[in-house]
Amino acid sequence: MTSIDQSILTLILLVPLAGAVLVALLPDRFKLPNWITLTTTLITFLLTLHLPAHFASGQTGFQFEQNVPWIESPAIFYHVGVDGLSLWLVVLVGLLAPIGVVASWNTIQTRRKVFYSLFLVQQTAMVGVFVSLDLMLYYGFWELSLVPMAILIAMYGRKEGPRAALKFFLFTFIPSAPLLVAILWLYAKTHTFNFADLQYQTASGVLPASALFWVALAFLSAFAVKVPIFPLHGWLADTYNEAPVALAMIVAGKLGLYSMFRFHVGLFPAQARAIAPLLIALAVIGVLYGACLALVQRDFWRLMAFAALSHLSLIVLAIYGLTFLGWAGGVYQILSHGVVDGALFLLLGALELRYATSVINSYGGLAAKLPRTTSYFVIAALAMIGLPMLSGFIGEFLILSSTFAGVSRPWAIAAAVAVILGAAYMLWLVQRLFYGPESALATSKPSADLRFGELAILTPLVVLMLVMGLAPNLWLNTIRTGVHPPEDIRSLQIKQNSSAQPAVTATQPTSEAQR
Amino acid sequence: MTPVHDIYRILPEVILTLTGVVVMLIDATLPPAWPRRSLGWVAAMGTTAALWASLWQLSLPEGAGFFSTVETSAFTVFFHVLICGIVLVALLLSLDTLPENTHHQGEFYALIVFGAVGMCLLTSAVELLVVFIALEISSISTYILAGWRKHTGRGPEAAIKYFLLGSFATAFLLYGIALIFGATGTTQIYQVAALAPAAQNQTLVLAGLALMLVGILFKVSAAPFHVWTPDVYEGAPSPVVALLSTAPKAAAFALLLRVVYEMLPNLRSIWAPLLWIVAVLSMTVGNLAALRQQNVKRMLAYSAIAHAGYLLAAFAGIGEIGIAAAAFYIAAYAAMNVGIFAVITLVAGYDEQLSLIDDYRGLIYRSPMLGSLLIFFLISLIGIPFTGGFFGKFYSFTAAVGGGAIWLAIIGLLNSGLAAAYYLRLALVAAQRPSEDQKIVAPKPAVGAAVIAALFLAAAATLVLGIIPGATLDAAQSAAHTLQAPPQSALPPGPLQFPQ
Repeated sequence: MTSIDQSILTLILLVPLAGAVLVALLPDRFKLPNWITLTTTLITFLLTLHLPAHFASGQTGFQFEQNVPWIESPAIFYHVGVDGLSLWLVVLVGLLAPIGVVASWNTIQTRRKVFYSLFLVQQTAMVGVFVSLDLMLYYGFWELSLVPMAILIAMYGRKEGPRAALKFFLFTFIPSAPLLVAILWLYAKTHTFNFADLQYQTASGVLPASALFWVALAFLSAFAVKVPIFPLHGWLADTYNEAPVALAMIVAGKLGLYSMFRFHVGLFPAQARAIAPLLIALAVIGVLYGACLALVQRDFWRLMAFAALSHLSLIVLAIYGLTFLGWAGGVYQILSHGVVDGALFLLLGALELRYATSVINSYGGLAAKLPRTTSYFVIAALAMIGLPMLSGFIGEFLILSSTFAGVSRPWAIAAAVAVILGAAYMLWLVQRLFYGPESALATSKPSADLRFGELAILTPLVVLMLVMGLAPNLWLNTIRTGVHPPEDIRSLQIKQNSSAQPAVTATQPTSEAQR
Repeated sequence: MTPVHDIYRILPEVILTLTGVVVMLIDATLPPAWPRRSLGWVAAMGTTAALWASLWQLSLPEGAGFFSTVETSAFTVFFHVLICGIVLVALLLSLDTLPENTHHQGEFYALIVFGAVGMCLLTSAVELLVVFIALEISSISTYILAGWRKHTGRGPEAAIKYFLLGSFATAFLLYGIALIFGATGTTQIYQVAALAPAAQNQTLVLAGLALMLVGILFKVSAAPFHVWTPDVYEGAPSPVVALLSTAPKAAAFALLLRVVYEMLPNLRSIWAPLLWIVAVLSMTVGNLAALRQQNVKRMLAYSAIAHAGYLLAAFAGIGEIGIAAAAFYIAAYAAMNVGIFAVITLVAGYDEQLSLIDDYRGLIYRSPMLGSLLIFFLISLIGIPFTGGFFGKFYSFTAAVGGGAIWLAIIGLLNSGLAAAYYLRLALVAAQRPSEDQKIVAPKPAVGAAVIAALFLAAAATLVLGIIPGATLDAAQSAAHTLQAPPQSALPPGPLQFPQ
């Protein structure tokens, strides 16, 4: 290990922060905040690329670790590291950040210093969540990630910014209160915040199972709201509707889903297995419900919100299916969803900037006027639907097939139906936006097609979708080393059956004897 | 051990007293027409000197002077430094925000310094009568300061309310002291600690404790003794509220720690449940009431009540852990609360034309620095990590969980979720775009050098406590340690005896 390997994660955390300070200190002239932020995010992206380049593939466990005491009592460590699970998520955040800057280049005109410095703080917080291996450090970044988001929604919200921001903040902040109590309780019992130590302790059965149930539930509830899972999604549509495009696309789902992988199922496998049937049911309901609501939305941001609910619920289904393939597919789907959603947000943001509305029915017949926008949008929409050879297909296929084979056929079929619905609402959206008779709006405003800057950022994304669809093993090889579902449910069932069999045969003679 | 001259035991108090006297004398000799602003600098320098003197006291051997009435230890130094720091920030804040023609400006600065004398003495007194005197010194100064804006209706109302209720509470404290004396025959805290468990009339001890608690809990504005807080905060000038909401509270909490952990530790089974109830009441009442406020200062007054509740949660912690958590929380709370009142002083101005939450709309557009600082302090008050407020809550609730009060921690953290609603409402309003029809009353607050220094001190303290809390925590722990083990030299030789 070279010295850069040890401090690379710290660098990835600190560079955006330094950029934020720089943006805050320098004057707001000549688009200086934009350029500094773009440079910072590009540097950060290059730094994140160091991770997969030097990742020792085929090895399980954490790499690029750094473990420094931070606070003596209670023993909080600055402990960071990545494994196959978090590696690509860090890269994804790195990739989406410059895209976010480009997306806000022309839309954010006022108070650019505040916007860009908070944007960079948000990036640090998100990377921090993915790389923290100390529970307190993790909690710190988890809470920190709420703040810039809430403030920016309030500052740049379309109509009702503060209300949406408050909703977003409270929805996610209040469940983290029990989370903190649970973390403190774990510390009081085990005297450590270290992830690996805690994992060992919860598995060893030292801690009372009845209390662990509540602790696991506290963890789960905080994550479930953040994803969100079906009945807890109240904040999602408003947030998507009000948030600046750049933030909506980087925040969606990833933190909550990753936390479920790592800190709910990872820390409390027994409790997670016990509650899995409930979550599978909620996830499938979420997939269907999100798809149905997306079909009837009039506003394309709200449509994207419910589409996200549907897609994120599919990943929750993968997590609580607890199968190896499902997990690999789940992580892959997070990556694919991040890229595809990013591209779609960028395109819709570009449309909104040109036509100043997000009502779907005002659009129509744009294909002739904006051919490039149309073709990029169609490709991204097809990737979202899960067309083979595009990135969305791999994740969806792995999730659905593993659910079908390893978990439950009815649920898998129900989820597959929802995926078909997903095709319906996306294609219908494409049709309403770009085809059909030319709308009054399209004729009234002569608008330019995608500019160079937008193309420069969209083209790599579209290429990425294609590569992710054609050569998934580039990613899956490393992802595989990081996913460890506690135990396949199926193998568990086989074990149960085999243990149940002798019991049945043993009882048979007695019942016969009773006759 | 070399004997320490008694005067060194009260060196910070002596420096502060001299400063106050000098300020008043200069004020009286200056021609009436001359500006008095420089007197504020004199007071600030005296306070800084007192702060260094407190730190210097660390080099003294721990012990008590003046016939075992005043102690110096890590505990007293911790609170001295804290109080002097708060007073310094409040003085710097007043320097730039008091209008040039304010009446009796010299007295204003002198009273702040005299109040600091009382608060400092309160934390180092180990004799209940000195405690009482110190409390009176600090209270009388703050009563006068609360009513400084005589031309408004609310100023005198605040002062009278504060004075009447405060005197009533002090009477409770004094009555409690009398009963403790009746039970043990002494008012020296170490001796009470030694004699109280064996006192013949335990009812007297319990009654004394209860009455003292009433008096102290009034000073820290814990529910159900909190009714004065919103009115006083609303009526008093903002720089005074910055002082009032932090320094006397810190001193009163120091006294509370001394009374329950040092004087009557073996009555834990009595006071711990009582403080549990008061903690839950304070946070819940404070937060629920704050949710409904439209006036920023009233909202923060209720939030102060809630914070007293979070702080009292630390008292569920056993021994040093609880004391250290409480001491840390006081420091963190003081830093962020002084900071937010500094921002409010600047935004609202001395006359407080902008007092409603909606008046803060677009603050970040009007003045990016004040807007960002306001949001930063609010985030700390919410308790977001990497700010002092987070570690304050963290240690407090860790102590509670460690002491077995898990429900207290859960209620407390749910309460902090509730509290996020009103803090965030203000923060988000400040971040919102200014509306077209908003009447611009104060275009841009004037920010002078002294205020910049005050804001910087408060913000830096909040940030340092949130990122590297280690040093402060060490100080709090050694303070806790000295409180738990009173110096043996302070006790009179020979076996203690009840008076015949």
